[in-house]
Amino acid sequence: MRYLPHTREDIAHMLKVVGVDRLDDLFPTVPDGCLRHEALDLPEPLTEWELDDHMTALSGRGECVSDGAPVPRNFLGAGRYDHFIPESISYLLGRSEFSTAYTPYQPEMSQGTLQAIYEYQTLTARLLGMEAANASLYDGASALAEGLLMATRITRRKKVALSRLIHPHYRQVVQTYLDPAGLEIVELPFLENGRTDVSGLQGVDDLAAMAVQSPNFWGCVEDLGTMGDMCRENGAFLITAFTEPLAYGILKNPGSQGAHIACGEGQSLGIPQWFGGPGLGMFACKAKYMRNMPGRLVGQTLDKQGRRGFVLTLATREQHIRREKATSNICTNSSLCALSAAMYMASLGGTGIRELARLNYDKAAYLKETLRQAGFQIPFASPCFNEFVVEFPPDFEATYNRLLKKNMVAGLPLSPWYPELKHHYLLCVTETRTRADMDALVKEVAS
Amino acid sequence: MNKPLAPTGLNLDEPLLWEMGKEGRTGFSMPRRDVESFPLDDDLAGEGPDFPDLNEMGVVRHYTRLSQWNFGVDTGMYPLGSCTMKYNPKINEKVSQLKGFAGLHPMLPAGMTQGALRLMVELERFLGEITAMDVVSLQPAAGAQGELAGMLLIHAYLKSRQMKRNKIIIPDTAHGTNPASAALCGYRPVRVASGEKGILTPEAVARVMDEDTAGIMITNPNTLGLFEEHIEAIAHIVHDKGGQVYCDGANMNAIMGMVHMGRSGVDVLHLNLHKTFATPHGGGGPGAGPVCVAKHLAPFLPVPRILEENGIYSLSEDFPQSVGRLHSFFGNFGVMIKAYAYILSMGAAGLKESSQLAVLNANYIKEKLKSVLHLPYDRPCMHECVFSDKFQRDRKITTLDMAKRLMDFGFHPPTIYFPLVVDGAIMIEPTETESLEEIDRFIEAIRMVAAEAVESPDLLRGAPKRCRVERLDETLAARRPCLMG
Repeated sequence: MRYLPHTREDIAHMLKVVGVDRLDDLFPTVPDGCLRHEALDLPEPLTEWELDDHMTALSGRGECVSDGAPVPRNFLGAGRYDHFIPESISYLLGRSEFSTAYTPYQPEMSQGTLQAIYEYQTLTARLLGMEAANASLYDGASALAEGLLMATRITRRKKVALSRLIHPHYRQVVQTYLDPAGLEIVELPFLENGRTDVSGLQGVDDLAAMAVQSPNFWGCVEDLGTMGDMCRENGAFLITAFTEPLAYGILKNPGSQGAHIACGEGQSLGIPQWFGGPGLGMFACKAKYMRNMPGRLVGQTLDKQGRRGFVLTLATREQHIRREKATSNICTNSSLCALSAAMYMASLGGTGIRELARLNYDKAAYLKETLRQAGFQIPFASPCFNEFVVEFPPDFEATYNRLLKKNMVAGLPLSPWYPELKHHYLLCVTETRTRADMDALVKEVAS
Repeated sequence: MNKPLAPTGLNLDEPLLWEMGKEGRTGFSMPRRDVESFPLDDDLAGEGPDFPDLNEMGVVRHYTRLSQWNFGVDTGMYPLGSCTMKYNPKINEKVSQLKGFAGLHPMLPAGMTQGALRLMVELERFLGEITAMDVVSLQPAAGAQGELAGMLLIHAYLKSRQMKRNKIIIPDTAHGTNPASAALCGYRPVRVASGEKGILTPEAVARVMDEDTAGIMITNPNTLGLFEEHIEAIAHIVHDKGGQVYCDGANMNAIMGMVHMGRSGVDVLHLNLHKTFATPHGGGGPGAGPVCVAKHLAPFLPVPRILEENGIYSLSEDFPQSVGRLHSFFGNFGVMIKAYAYILSMGAAGLKESSQLAVLNANYIKEKLKSVLHLPYDRPCMHECVFSDKFQRDRKITTLDMAKRLMDFGFHPPTIYFPLVVDGAIMIEPTETESLEEIDRFIEAIRMVAAEAVESPDLLRGAPKRCRVERLDETLAARRPCLMG
């Protein structure tokens, strides 16, 4: 087998040095009761060529795909976004010095990873208007959970408020993480305009944190400034989550609006959709909370000759040093995805990100306006970024299913998570959808 | 191979991104604008981030040069104990980038994602078979998240039997993530010391196991590279008092096809796909940490779960006793593809042979180096062996010094200062993909470093000398943290 270099002679020589006769004799310490005698019941091994064929066939498998395209033309967002990824990035990620390297615990031979992640931290902090960003967490959902736990650690308060307009999956993950800690979660309802209703928090002074998502699950941009003021008054953390960081190419960033922690999903920044994972948990905060952050941090320093270099730092927060008193249990993170994001942000540049964000905004606005003119209801008045909600007629499901067979996905039905929104669909438009795509969609749904 | 020391080569400097760039450059092909501009509220409009503008070749050169400052498994041997730095097959990379996988949105109707769902179900079955456990969840994003899942499962199971327990037993050889994960679940770790053979004794466990203890987190093989021989008796003691056995399966590479985890008394274990199943480490991640459970814990597994009926797959959250969701969607599918492809390439015999050769390589190194480095447990090891710097201490040379000098010989150092039970620990895991020649070169390099420790210790104290930078000031980095430019 091409991954196993040992020849029969190699094995014989090594067995002799070790002092046993056969490979099976290398396991004298495994008691009989633990031994496995039956062979593993796994498929016959495939050659590289058979594997390629098998995977290609598997990746094309979907009942509804009728025009031969492996991936449908869809208008789906909801936490995972279809964006163009420059070929230069895919190419650079193939450099195995990056992908086959370990965590940079030996910094002298890992300066590539370390400088690249330091750059990622910097670009992330600048994007979110923050003063410190970590080297990544798993995904947006766990990043939000970690942010809330961090706020409770610092404030020593046991109650958090969570907007109902945060991604439903994120709220589920938060519940899973916060349950064992015995923390109280208060749900914030929504307003008619599609934003979060924070009025119920006036005067509440035992809150560790208030968490909102902006743009929220319905694509609406939240009024972070007002929330920032409120949190400052009652000593709570404002935690801003996000699923679409590209929005901050044209919107005011969370840090400028009073957020203490900004955390969310970075998949839009050069990472494929990959059926939902791996993601990129982006996590940033104000400088004074640096020592309370979860996850790895890369810092700048000097070597013996006074040359600039980078190392993992403030490790006393982490599990391998602090164990049960660590700020988080995280070890393996999403480093290669962070690298992808840095490459993407570097390729796009400051000018490019403004232009691309504006393009997303305008395309979504075009589809929204075109649907409105075709007679469909746009229920929420708040401004959006690249996602918005449409209320289709009650019998829309038949149309929706008809379009699936044409490889067109007319958004995501919202009723499973918001039963009061019976006929509402969440549509997303990124730079990957053309005017022709959008016109075709409107024509189909209107017919 | 001419000389043992790594030769020098041309290695170029590279500034930070914002030290380069000129406004107006771009490295991105802006898509065509085919819609008009719509108004944007002044209240919401921001300035955009302060990013440098770079051209495409500038970006490519930047990262190409940075990559040349790095060392990966493809560069050379990486004998990090408990990390299993084995070869990452390139065909697995390719298939993970197939459009039908990479471009798949997780919220598409199930009818459009049957291939992906089938892959996950098959992988669940493969991992269940390899560990001899009943049911698997692929959702946890890393080993530590798998450990958290395990803790939550045990907590939920005990709760369903009206039991509320506050403690969990954790051996002194445990990885730091173990107590950290237990703490996240509200369990107080109770430390149990390994015996003189480097493994847990039933007596020691019995002394601390009581009705306020949820169970034990045991790593098997453990971080000393030794099989926990008393696992069956220990499981019995824990079960007897109503507790559960969690196994940290990070070291699974030693025992594929050899050990029946279920029969050994384990109730739940996690695997690391980025270790045993050859998916790349990526400089720190992403990985994946699936959990494998015995039947009685299955109702509590994270949701959603994948159901199959007559060859049609669907996702379901209809599991009222589930501990909930851990991941935004279903787990790290992009990583799962690679592990799946690896298992399909190796087959049953291939995986068993991999474990046997991993163990052979480690024992060979142990025999060859035990006269050079102090070996605290001179017993048959599994896929890794642990030495210490005891022989070098009288020269005031430490494990750290030896590790730094090893870099000058072209090797990534082994894991150092872990496990904590060995002072100055040096944990060596070669994996099965290293050849005899490479291992002999490694052994020779260690011998030379040990000789230098006696004859010219300053070479070690001043090491590394052949990397891009010399030893870095970690104290300065922590005292005056500079985390961004």
